[in-house]
Amino acid sequence: MSKKEKKVHPYIPNSVPEVKAKMLAEIGVKDMEELYQEIPESLRLKKEMDLTEPLLSEHALRRHVENILSKNQTCQENISFLGAGCWQHYVPAICDEINQRSEFLTAYAGEPYEDHGRFQALFEYESLMGELLDMEVVNVPTYDWCQAASTSIRMAGRITGRREMLISNTVSPDRLLVIKNYCQPVMALKMVRHSAQTGLMDLEDLKSKITSETAGIYFENPSYLGFIESQGQAIVDIVQEKKALSIVGVDPISLGVIVPPRHYGADIVCGDIQGLGNHLSFGGGHGGFISTRDEERFVMEYPSRLFGITKTSVEGEYGFGDVAYDRTSFGVREEGKEFVGTHAALCGITAAVYLALMGPKGMQELGATIMQRSQYAMKKLSEIKGVKAPAFDSSHFKEFVVDFKETGKTVEEINALLRERGIFGGKDLTLEFPELGNCALYCVTEVHTKEDIDKLVQVLKEILE
Amino acid sequence: MEANKKTRLRKHFHQAKWDEPIIFELSREGERGLLISEVEKEVEDSVGDGVSALPENMFRKEPPALPEISQMRVLKHFLRLSQQCLGADFNIDLGQGTCTMKYSPKVNETFVRSPKVAALHPLQDASTVQGALEIMYQLDLYLREISGLDHFSLQPGGGSHAILAMTSIIHAYHRTRGEAEKRDEIITTILSHPSDAAAAAVKGYKVITLYHNEDGYVEVEALKKAVSERTAGLLITNPEDTGIFNPKIAEFTKIVHEAGGLCGYDQANANGILGITRAKEANFDICFFNLHKSFSSPHGCGGPAIGALGVTQELKDYLPIPLVEHDGEKYFLNHNLPHTIGKVRGFLGVFPAALRAYAWIRSLGAEGLKEVAQVAVLNNNYILEKVKKLKGASAPYAEGKRRIEQVRYSWEKLTRETGITTEDVTCRMADFGFHLWSSHHPFIVPEPFTIEPTESYSKDEIDEYLEGLEEIVKEAYEEPDKVKNAPYNSVVHKIDHSTLDDPKKWAITWRAYLKKHKTKS
Repeated sequence: MSKKEKKVHPYIPNSVPEVKAKMLAEIGVKDMEELYQEIPESLRLKKEMDLTEPLLSEHALRRHVENILSKNQTCQENISFLGAGCWQHYVPAICDEINQRSEFLTAYAGEPYEDHGRFQALFEYESLMGELLDMEVVNVPTYDWCQAASTSIRMAGRITGRREMLISNTVSPDRLLVIKNYCQPVMALKMVRHSAQTGLMDLEDLKSKITSETAGIYFENPSYLGFIESQGQAIVDIVQEKKALSIVGVDPISLGVIVPPRHYGADIVCGDIQGLGNHLSFGGGHGGFISTRDEERFVMEYPSRLFGITKTSVEGEYGFGDVAYDRTSFGVREEGKEFVGTHAALCGITAAVYLALMGPKGMQELGATIMQRSQYAMKKLSEIKGVKAPAFDSSHFKEFVVDFKETGKTVEEINALLRERGIFGGKDLTLEFPELGNCALYCVTEVHTKEDIDKLVQVLKEILE
Repeated sequence: MEANKKTRLRKHFHQAKWDEPIIFELSREGERGLLISEVEKEVEDSVGDGVSALPENMFRKEPPALPEISQMRVLKHFLRLSQQCLGADFNIDLGQGTCTMKYSPKVNETFVRSPKVAALHPLQDASTVQGALEIMYQLDLYLREISGLDHFSLQPGGGSHAILAMTSIIHAYHRTRGEAEKRDEIITTILSHPSDAAAAAVKGYKVITLYHNEDGYVEVEALKKAVSERTAGLLITNPEDTGIFNPKIAEFTKIVHEAGGLCGYDQANANGILGITRAKEANFDICFFNLHKSFSSPHGCGGPAIGALGVTQELKDYLPIPLVEHDGEKYFLNHNLPHTIGKVRGFLGVFPAALRAYAWIRSLGAEGLKEVAQVAVLNNNYILEKVKKLKGASAPYAEGKRRIEQVRYSWEKLTRETGITTEDVTCRMADFGFHLWSSHHPFIVPEPFTIEPTESYSKDEIDEYLEGLEEIVKEAYEEPDKVKNAPYNSVVHKIDHSTLDDPKKWAITWRAYLKKHKTKS
């Protein structure tokens, strides 16, 4: 490039030499170097960075990137039964239409005047989630479920003034790693056991571990392992007796057919909105929600932005703004509640579009369909010699543990063979839950047709029988 | 060479205003926005209705009270809302200082929309995602070169999240040395990002905040007084939000290192220094870059995003797991980091943001990145010269010095002389299709406003923006009420903030609004 004439890069308009010269003259300096006079020589990079030669034309860039991406094999080209917190649901076309709009895609932190639409869309997100969850307060999304759970736990710690949290030992291990780091060294975590037969929480263990120092309990429903925790009320009762709080992580797509955790007394409900209209995107489509009742002691402990509706100087006009902004770290730094910054707002807008499209009937039908398809899959899988699904004797929503112990093949071997035949088998649980033995976590949603499930079963039979 | 058209203010601008109702007000019983595929008859015959498998107490009998709206109306509603939002693609987005509002190339959007990205599950076998892992690994290599540090994690979901990860590493580092309890203080500066203080507090640290002198510089002596055997580390933004580069930064890291602490460089915004100066030369142990700022991934109304976290070789083992590595033949995930802080985000981070940053760096190369930095600094200092000449405006601190990528200005004089505040100017700027914001608290600079032009806007556009400021200053002195009552041509009018801080009146959802503000008819 150095030998050729230097091109003006399309992304940098004022690279035009004449413009540059004019601007330098207006500033009153000779060259660019003078503008950097505040950076001492000793700190300056003395060489050119060693990066690959640029692909200056858009065409060349596109060919290069698309060539790399073509090495990926996708969940569209294969039949995938992977879930474990990142779920393959149908993404309505309108969700993409809206989140690809330049106005939303490239907006950031404008005022509630010129960015009125951003405020309204996120207020509507909060409101639609509020109906799904039967709660009055929902935050502007945080990073993901992991963060939502972590923050919910820290909120409970602050609300109760206690520093110990009980956690069900069937929560997602990935999530638990995030929670552990986020709580250390401020809060201590104690794990509560589950029944090996049903997966449900061992209430005796809960009773033996809860103390007057306990801020609360965190469990997930449907659980990471797919079963539905039907003892919600009993757990909450035990926790309330100690004046502690109940935090429930929930898959919002289940709430068309499953009762929202508030109905069995949950104080803080959290989870992930990826499934609500956001693509898998290699794990890039996540957003976390936190939700509570409209009580000041809860609201004032949120670190997130909370967009509220208000009036303007014009009668009948809706305006929006930040509720209780001064609780945030933007306002008061380390005195604020945790921290706030750039999280996952666009996933929230997408989820709003999704819920508006689905409506009450859509969510009901979707929940039922997912349950039917996953039950069909479990039934069919159990017909394979040596395979048991579900491994737990409980009802399940869309994910379930498949037990391959009697098949003589490891999950790793089975998944490799499935892959050769265009199927991504369920997540291998042997490292995460060694006590389960040779098991995998399968996810079946509304996108899995009978044909897909039958193919899985047929291929497994070929591999195993 | 001059553009043909003389730049001028858009005095007849009016933003879209649809008087759009709240989505619940569009509901009509029975309408449907989307139908889902029905289950096959054989499935139904085999398992029944599905929900009967639920325990009685877990079945939701009343469906959620979501609105019922036909498809086109949902589309129209959200399209209208989008039109009432001023993205960087629409305005000359200089006025959201500290946010690095630059061009997010459209070609990069085609990549992330491709099923080759959108339809990838993060738990797929590594053999099926070699393309995605290659992008992540190569981006790691680029960021190593740009920072001079040795390994990067793309897991943190934004700048504040990267600060949390940085603080977690500092904590874990001292823990492995048995010093976590003794070293319980983090030092930062008041003009570093608020999250540098806030995320440190999340990890239980006592935060010591250093203030600058009247020239806007934090003095070495102040730091010397602050360090002790209790110092865990330093978290510092440089250049700070004032655009002032701390020339003694290497002395800072030396002092903290000598006290046994680690040094974390907040380079969320590195737009003015790419290829000029690096974390390595200033002897930092950890640093991070916001890929949605300097590296062009779009801001998305506030995420999803990445705060790419880099460390020296010595701290590699503390990074969040897994790391993407290459064995000479294939890319794989390495979960085996002995001192890892664990994780800060689920799965592998926001891959689309990594992909866009990769493509952006690839399109510019080393020379291009340096040109980005230089032109951003040129644009900024050009604006500085012009704003300083505006009546009522000033650029506090560092008199006569050059700034890097942004400047925090003040309307203090304007307010004193006309009663017009930053908020008033902000509202009036919206009437011409511009953003202007005050930037973060604390308002150390009275009546602050922060301008950061990046490299993306042409001189003509910059001049147009400056004309906007000029016009409003003129109005402030001649007809202040015009500014006071703005905006007129934006989407909405002066907002009543009083309800937002009152627990009895605030309404964070529509149902809360109905309960608190609407009596049942």
